[in-house]
Amino acid sequence: MTDRSVSAAVDVAPHHASALSRLMRRMQSGWRSIVVFIPYVWLLLFFLLPFFIVAKISVAQLVIASPPFTDMIKWTDDGVMSIRLAFDNFAYIFEDDLYVKTYINSLKISSISTILCLLIGYPIAYGIIRSGPVTRKLLLFAIILPFWTSFLLRVYAWMGLLADQGNINNLLIWLGLIDEPIRLMYSEFAVYVGIVYTYLPFMILPLYANMEKLDATLNEAAADLGSRPTNTFLKITLPLTMPGIIAGSLLVFIPATGEYVIPDLLGGGNVLMIGRLLFNEFHQNVDWPTASAVAIVLLFLLVLPMIIYQYYQAKATEEP
Amino acid sequence: MYGRRSRFLTFMLGAGLAFLYVPMIMLVIYSFNYSKIVPVWGGWSLRWYESLFKSEDVWNAVVLSLKIAVVNATFATLLGTLAGLAMVRFGKFRGRTLFGGMLVAPLVMPEVITGLSLLVLFITLKKLIGWPEDRGFTTITIAHITFSLAYVAVIIQSRLTGMGETLEEAALDLGAKPFRVLTDITLPRLAPGMVAGWLLAFTLSLDDLVIASFVTGPGANTLPILIFSRIRLGLRPDINALATIIILVVATGVAIAAFIMYRQQKQFQRDMQIAFQEEK
Repeated sequence: MTDRSVSAAVDVAPHHASALSRLMRRMQSGWRSIVVFIPYVWLLLFFLLPFFIVAKISVAQLVIASPPFTDMIKWTDDGVMSIRLAFDNFAYIFEDDLYVKTYINSLKISSISTILCLLIGYPIAYGIIRSGPVTRKLLLFAIILPFWTSFLLRVYAWMGLLADQGNINNLLIWLGLIDEPIRLMYSEFAVYVGIVYTYLPFMILPLYANMEKLDATLNEAAADLGSRPTNTFLKITLPLTMPGIIAGSLLVFIPATGEYVIPDLLGGGNVLMIGRLLFNEFHQNVDWPTASAVAIVLLFLLVLPMIIYQYYQAKATEEP
Repeated sequence: MYGRRSRFLTFMLGAGLAFLYVPMIMLVIYSFNYSKIVPVWGGWSLRWYESLFKSEDVWNAVVLSLKIAVVNATFATLLGTLAGLAMVRFGKFRGRTLFGGMLVAPLVMPEVITGLSLLVLFITLKKLIGWPEDRGFTTITIAHITFSLAYVAVIIQSRLTGMGETLEEAALDLGAKPFRVLTDITLPRLAPGMVAGWLLAFTLSLDDLVIASFVTGPGANTLPILIFSRIRLGLRPDINALATIIILVVATGVAIAAFIMYRQQKQFQRDMQIAFQEEK
């Protein structure tokens, strides 16, 4: 189908709206509600409800028991219900330097990684768009392919490259640039490399999807009117690709803030990140109330970016 | 938007692809290294593949991961398709905003939060109703379905929006019953999207370490859990061998899937052309 016939189909759509709404009403009861009901209940039970339980545990106290926290509601002997909320866990998090530092460091690392992904990913996405139709498909495939292979193994690949006796150090020594191996592993640098490497496709794909809709005639018109390429890029291309930039950035920023595997494998104990702290608090220290409070604070920090992402996602799926 | 690709863009494309692929190529090369210390080259050898195939732990982990991945992908595709249909085709319904929010949030939710919250849910449920009795296959699968269905729903939603509703409307105008329209028109046209969703859900499940580590129980090691427990202690040549096999399998699978979808797309375009020609 040509573009014209697509737009024609869109144009006539409103005429059918009445037939559709009639249909919708007919289906109102019966299988239509089942269609919504099943995934709805699933998400309520396995996605939303768990957060409330985490919130509940975050205001409980740590005890040595299984599970290791106190009940929120207690029945006293005379049958009176007492509710205990202990906000000590939150107070503990905000008073302890370690937690505050770790939150700030996580946000710093994820912000810088997002900017790096954008700086690398934007020209790549733009380069794909500027290629011919067949090359474009192949390049896109090449970008997506690593995303399908194991995330864990992609991080592992960098352990081999960055190690003291790893390929990068060997190469630098062979080139005569350094005499002694330099410490690359277990540093913030290694964490940045890991995040950028594994999250880069998440930046490129939304950018590509957005750039695909760009109209080349706008750039040509600007050029005809005497605009320099840099000027055209700043005044036309960049503003038009803003939705892609925002979606891609959030898709990197939000999960990277809570990242566990990369700081654990590439950062070791030297890099403070909240995902790793939470994981250890939970599994090694078995301190569930503190881990839950850490999770609630993290969620609170990320709620705004998530809402913005949802807004753009909803807009992207609604546009034909 | 085709056009000239400046030298800068070509350079960035090349550098970007090298950045993505060189680490994987190194990983594969060193899997054939005889030396026990990974980055030190000791000649070509297949010994690590041999030790890998003899390891019972690895096989058990592979089987468990594949079982979880298949069950997860199937349920996630069913639930995700229903959710996508509801979001795109049902207009406004009560609780749509919350539903939409719950469908998007798993895409970006940090894994540690999802994992932690699902674990406390399972423990609370066990205390209240005695289910799930042990953590392992069931709990990991439920956790995986929960985030995978969101990815499937995204694919289905974009496909439904792209499809438009004209064919369904035509069928309705010609007197087809709504259920028949769903089974004869909407679902067949959605099928490629559902296949893509199934494959994505399958891969996401095989890939997940963090959420599975939270909700698993003693003895139930998925492949990523097994790999992680080994590489935490440093580089291991047998993991390089395992990685090579995984990369090979995935690359072949994705290439086949992409080829089939490409051909189907062409077939669809041809069909449409013929249909339009006959119309004239």
